[in-house]
Amino acid sequence: MDDNLLLQVEDLHTRFHTPEGTVYAVNGISYRLHEGETLAVVGESGCGKSVSMMSILGLLPVPPAEIAGGRALYRGQDLLKMSESELERIRGKEIAMIFQDPMTSLNPVLTIGKQITESLHKHLGMNPTQATERAIELLDWVGIPDARRRLGDYPHQFSGGMRQRVMIAMQLACTPSILIADEPTTALDVTIQAQIVELVVRLRQQVGMAMIWITHDLGVVAGLADRVMVMYAGFVVEEAGVDDLYEDPRHPYTIALLAALPRVDRRRDRRLKSIPGAPPSLLVEPRGCPFAPRCEFAIERCFIDNPSLQPVAPRHRIACWVEIKTGGQR
Amino acid sequence: MSRAEPLVVVDRLTKHFPITRGILIQRQVGAVQAVDQVSFTIARGETLGLVGESGCGKTTVGRTALALYPATSGRVVIDGQDVHTARGRDLLAIRRKAQMIFQDPYASLNPRWTVNAIISEPLRVHRLCANDRERTERVKDLMQMVGLSPRLINRFPHEFSGGQRQRIGIARALASEPLFIVCDEPISALDVSIQAQVVNLLEELQGRLGLTYLFIAHDLSMVRHICTRVAVMYLGVLVELAERNELYENPLHPYTQSLLSAVPIPDPKAARQRRRIILQGDVPSPINPPAGCRFHTRCPIALDLCSQERPAWRDMGGEHWVACHRA
Amino acid sequence: MSHSSEAAIALPQLKADELEAPPLSLRQLTWRRFRRHKMAIVGIVVIALLFLYSFGGALLVSEQYANYTDTAARLQPPSAAHPFGTDTVGRDILARTIYGGQISLLIGLTAMLVELLIGVLIGALAGYYGRWLDALLMRFTEAVFVIPQIFLLIVMAKFFSGKMPNITLLGRTLSGSVVVVILIIGATSWMYLARIVRAEFISIKEREFILAARAIGTPARQIILGHILPNCMAPIIVSATLSVAAAILSESYISFLGMGVQAPTATWGNMLDGAMNYIEEAPWYWFFPGLLIVLTVLSINFVGDGLRDALDPRSRAV
Repeated sequence: MDDNLLLQVEDLHTRFHTPEGTVYAVNGISYRLHEGETLAVVGESGCGKSVSMMSILGLLPVPPAEIAGGRALYRGQDLLKMSESELERIRGKEIAMIFQDPMTSLNPVLTIGKQITESLHKHLGMNPTQATERAIELLDWVGIPDARRRLGDYPHQFSGGMRQRVMIAMQLACTPSILIADEPTTALDVTIQAQIVELVVRLRQQVGMAMIWITHDLGVVAGLADRVMVMYAGFVVEEAGVDDLYEDPRHPYTIALLAALPRVDRRRDRRLKSIPGAPPSLLVEPRGCPFAPRCEFAIERCFIDNPSLQPVAPRHRIACWVEIKTGGQR
Repeated sequence: MSRAEPLVVVDRLTKHFPITRGILIQRQVGAVQAVDQVSFTIARGETLGLVGESGCGKTTVGRTALALYPATSGRVVIDGQDVHTARGRDLLAIRRKAQMIFQDPYASLNPRWTVNAIISEPLRVHRLCANDRERTERVKDLMQMVGLSPRLINRFPHEFSGGQRQRIGIARALASEPLFIVCDEPISALDVSIQAQVVNLLEELQGRLGLTYLFIAHDLSMVRHICTRVAVMYLGVLVELAERNELYENPLHPYTQSLLSAVPIPDPKAARQRRRIILQGDVPSPINPPAGCRFHTRCPIALDLCSQERPAWRDMGGEHWVACHRA
Repeated sequence: MSHSSEAAIALPQLKADELEAPPLSLRQLTWRRFRRHKMAIVGIVVIALLFLYSFGGALLVSEQYANYTDTAARLQPPSAAHPFGTDTVGRDILARTIYGGQISLLIGLTAMLVELLIGVLIGALAGYYGRWLDALLMRFTEAVFVIPQIFLLIVMAKFFSGKMPNITLLGRTLSGSVVVVILIIGATSWMYLARIVRAEFISIKEREFILAARAIGTPARQIILGHILPNCMAPIIVSATLSVAAAILSESYISFLGMGVQAPTATWGNMLDGAMNYIEEAPWYWFFPGLLIVLTVLSINFVGDGLRDALDPRSRAV
């Protein structure tokens, strides 16, 4: 099973030092990613899902960020201990990343063609002719019509959905082992989102890469992921296979989150269950379970000790002191 | 439902934004046809959902319906009054009865005003309170009604979270005791768990105060949850309008069908089983919309007729309206 | 990657549901940022001292003394009796700089107010209403831009010379030319501010809270005064501060050219004019007023810089 273990993150801690104080953004998360697997990281804003990915790829400015602990083993090598030049070789080539706003990764003053061919030259050593032909292939592959002509276009001449496709093309050009997608469809219309998701699913089959899909949208996750990791206030609170998570969620936060979602395919049967209160301030060093103040099942211990991830079923772990089915302590 | 007059009547509403060129004298060279011949009514106590993707004109409909933009043609009547011909005191009376809640909780509140000033603005403009003290009491009542602690009355917007700011915006909209509120994507900018809070609040207020809503949104799941009837827009025109379950279970327009099939479902089994209709290409520009049926360029079942003649807005039975030659 | 793959990271949202104590208000934050500007603090101190000098000094030295001529003591270098020396008719330069300072500073402040009034009014109307009013006002602004200040002054000076009555202000009798100078400087420098205010209005007008105010039914006047104006105070304050310095400088060279404030009312500027023929023989005559002008203008500029940084909402430093 672990022969095809690609990425192993252990006890990652990330903090930011700001004038207002220290922000405890990621507080000890661990997970594994295997070849060809799609892991979804789900959570609301501020839960640390993006920061954790940026941390392992060295994309956070240090200072004010600080990786306060943990390891991130990619094929056995710790990414957190690598130098910037070593990381640069991995980023783009072995681990690719696409973002919510493609404009942050696309240079507005260079044509798309130039950007793709530059990347191909840098990572794969192609000469200009080879690179151009490959670039056209790539744009075709991601479904951009009239690819040859569009090589000469600038990013702003593409629509939002098209820009995402271009970014996907650029990132997948070097057939990476892992594609990390950070909310790539959040800003897109729902029909465009469907197009992009369908594209990614097709490409995933063809390339066979593993994926980490970061989002707050539990609907998108259901159609895309193999495994799901739910984060809250910098902690992982539940981790399970996708079917398990939706059919049998065990952590109070996950349950509450699912109960707060309306369904497009069902008639309304009751009010949405809202979670009272708001997420905790990340400026305070976390003590106890971060969800305790809002949790209807919380017991005293929840406020004092931080629960660690424990299995409750095969390949299904949660971080919780309470056995919600009985109300007793775990 | 009684057969009383609807509270809101929108009749062939059209809004074009002119595109001008010129240095000294501006010439109109084109227009963004943002909204074209949109008609619907809203009964008292009802929530009409207006959905569509970006650029479909739904926000423009909301703003034009409240006369925040002048209409290019067509009529909007709220509680018996035509909003675009009203002036002076009449217009002020309409503004009191018809309010708006905005999408961006950060941009819709004046950053330099206290919560007190923000919520009491309608009270001052419409002279609803005799003095400062009464006004402050009313503001505190409103804050409690929306679930904000009155202690925070003198704080500034930047001290609140997104969900709380949205509540401030709601309190402000309620201050003048309106009959009708246009909710322009009120929850899009909020986290999922906060969305449920705000939606529940809106429903509760509707029940308590007898409000009528026009709920503009792009989240089709949420719209199904809280609306009584739903209208679908594409590129400035209405394509379908029906009672909510009827629309979601029996969509007649190909765009509606595609839109519904694209909405993610938080259920892996259902997600695997569903049949998706993926539209090709991007939405055309509203400056130069396609001739005939505006959807024909992306429609999987378009005929020649569709590129020539604009489909009529017809009731297919049971108040299920569609604009499609193939329906 | 051909372009850096570093995405802009928004620091995690830091709001607690209910705050125990309000965080720093905008005003406190602004003061904190201002404090970091050492030169700005120096500037404030120097300006305070200059005001003390001109207005406090008047308590120690009478105006009569400043105007007291004693031709026997003309053009004397600094001494115990006359720390800054004497001028061509034997008046004490120190005393004259005190009273001259009052006028120069007064002109600076009031010209700024005139400028503020005109500039904000025109900028606000042009920015808010747009279309033909904007076009009209902007063409007008550009027209005034083109008129050279000097030209206007010569015309004004010729027109008003000898006709302006003396005015009494703050217990002093001043030549009416002070008012003329204030009006002229004010009337020829409001254009920059008008442009800035117009730009601010155009951008703020599109923001959602303005739309919200319109939806409530708030009348235009209240929107302009209550909503938009408070949100563009920053550039207005900075511009106003710097224009005080500009006005003082303007007055200096206007008076230096003989077009400004007329005798016997002293200003730092017309003292420089008087010193023109004695540059080498009596350097103290131009040195002290000149020094005071330089100190004033420099320190106001430092304060303006500090304010600009402190009020800039994009500055993330605290």
